[in-house]
Amino acid sequence: MSGPRYAMAVDTRTCVGCSACVIACKTENDVPRGYARDWITTETRGTFPSLHMTIRSERCNHCENAPCVTACPTGASYYGPGGTVLVNKAKCTGCKACIASCPYGARFVDPGSGTIDKCTFCVHRRADGGAYTTACQDVCPTGSIVFGDLDDPDSEISRALRTRPSETLLPEAGTEPRHYFLR
Amino acid sequence: MTEFTTTRQNPLIDPTMHIWHAEIPLYLFLGGLVAGVMVIGGLWLLRRPEGPRSRALALLPWAAPVLLSLGMLFLWLDLENRFNAFRFYLAFQAGSPMSWGSWILLAVYPASLGLAWHTTPADLKATVRGRLRDPRWLAAMDRWLASRARGLALASVVLGAALGIYTGVLLGTLAARPLWNSAILGPLFLVSGLSTGAAFMLFSRLDGGERRTLARADLWLIGVELFLIAIWITGLLSGGAAARAAAGTLLGGSYTAAFWTLVVAVGLVTPLVAEWIELRRGEVPGRFAAGLVLVGGLALRWIVVFAGQHAGWPTDVAAF
Repeated sequence: MSGPRYAMAVDTRTCVGCSACVIACKTENDVPRGYARDWITTETRGTFPSLHMTIRSERCNHCENAPCVTACPTGASYYGPGGTVLVNKAKCTGCKACIASCPYGARFVDPGSGTIDKCTFCVHRRADGGAYTTACQDVCPTGSIVFGDLDDPDSEISRALRTRPSETLLPEAGTEPRHYFLR
Repeated sequence: MTEFTTTRQNPLIDPTMHIWHAEIPLYLFLGGLVAGVMVIGGLWLLRRPEGPRSRALALLPWAAPVLLSLGMLFLWLDLENRFNAFRFYLAFQAGSPMSWGSWILLAVYPASLGLAWHTTPADLKATVRGRLRDPRWLAAMDRWLASRARGLALASVVLGAALGIYTGVLLGTLAARPLWNSAILGPLFLVSGLSTGAAFMLFSRLDGGERRTLARADLWLIGVELFLIAIWITGLLSGGAAARAAAGTLLGGSYTAAFWTLVVAVGLVTPLVAEWIELRRGEVPGRFAAGLVLVGGLALRWIVVFAGQHAGWPTDVAAF
């Protein structure tokens, strides 16, 4: 594949769940009140007092094999620059097939337009050269969010995924997420 | 033990997805019923092209375009961005059953109208022609349809079956919803649609012979439907954790009572027994069993749509 292949990774060792990413996204993308394009999930395992907690900043996984793109009857859901999964609102009927097809619950209906909304990896910030940072990444106080081009071996995300063990959500769903969690 | 908490509270998504409400099961029910009327109407025309038929049977194909329009109204009402509905017809997405469905619906209209006009009794056709200023085009269309009656009947059967099966395939291809993600759902909805179509026809003033033919067909269809439901649930139970959890919504979970009473007992087993008794005793099948079949057909779609949204990937499965 030519061109960049954008991906994100969240470092679960350093993420403290402060929700700065959530607020930054809402401000950057004018996300409707009561809705969120990204969110914090806390997973607690074990039995007290032997507990282990993982905090994750989650969002659309921008899957390589995105079921929402396949399910969309009008072509409104599509693969955008760098493999981002986007919604062309001019084509969206609000049929919600994409919401039903997403195992991650990453999409919602924008109450204003009746069209589908979700994380865009802040692709509107993309510069001509292809490199950019996302709003959530910029504000993360612990630097836990890594974003970049998987096809560039020197990008921060390529190095992080090479040197650290990582996971994706629901790999068994076969969606090939482009959103990783560093362990 | 694993516990999840999330800050996400998106309306219609959390805590469980509920994006589709009454409009969708009503549309699926009407779509299935229309599919049944078209398939049965087409088969009847194929087997008895010139044979005598009651006035009710001759007029019944009109139910297809009328009820389909009502169903499509429900479908349109479900859209969140209704003014973009025309976008369905500016694209064809081969991987999207909803795209297939929107084009199938477009093809079903002329076929159902053609079948309805072709089988309309001659005196009614003459009345309509008499009211037109220039009836020649209608007479020409009449001749055209009559010369292609077999093709029209085949088109009704094929497009009716496509309509019936797509409503199930639409849900069946959504891998993220384990209760729906089964290849059986297409055939199940098709057979249920044929059964409700036959039941709907039994509500009109058909003659005794026609009633017996339809009731006999319905008896077989109900039997096949029970078999398909058994396979569907067995398939879920033999699947992964998410599929087993989805089956649990019907086997002890929150939709158990509604499913086994309204769909299985009231909608399938009772009419099966009632129609069997009627036919065995040589009686003319009445409307009791047919009414229950319609209740069961709507309940099946209602429960499948609601329970399917309820049963996503369980959070304990979502963990890595």
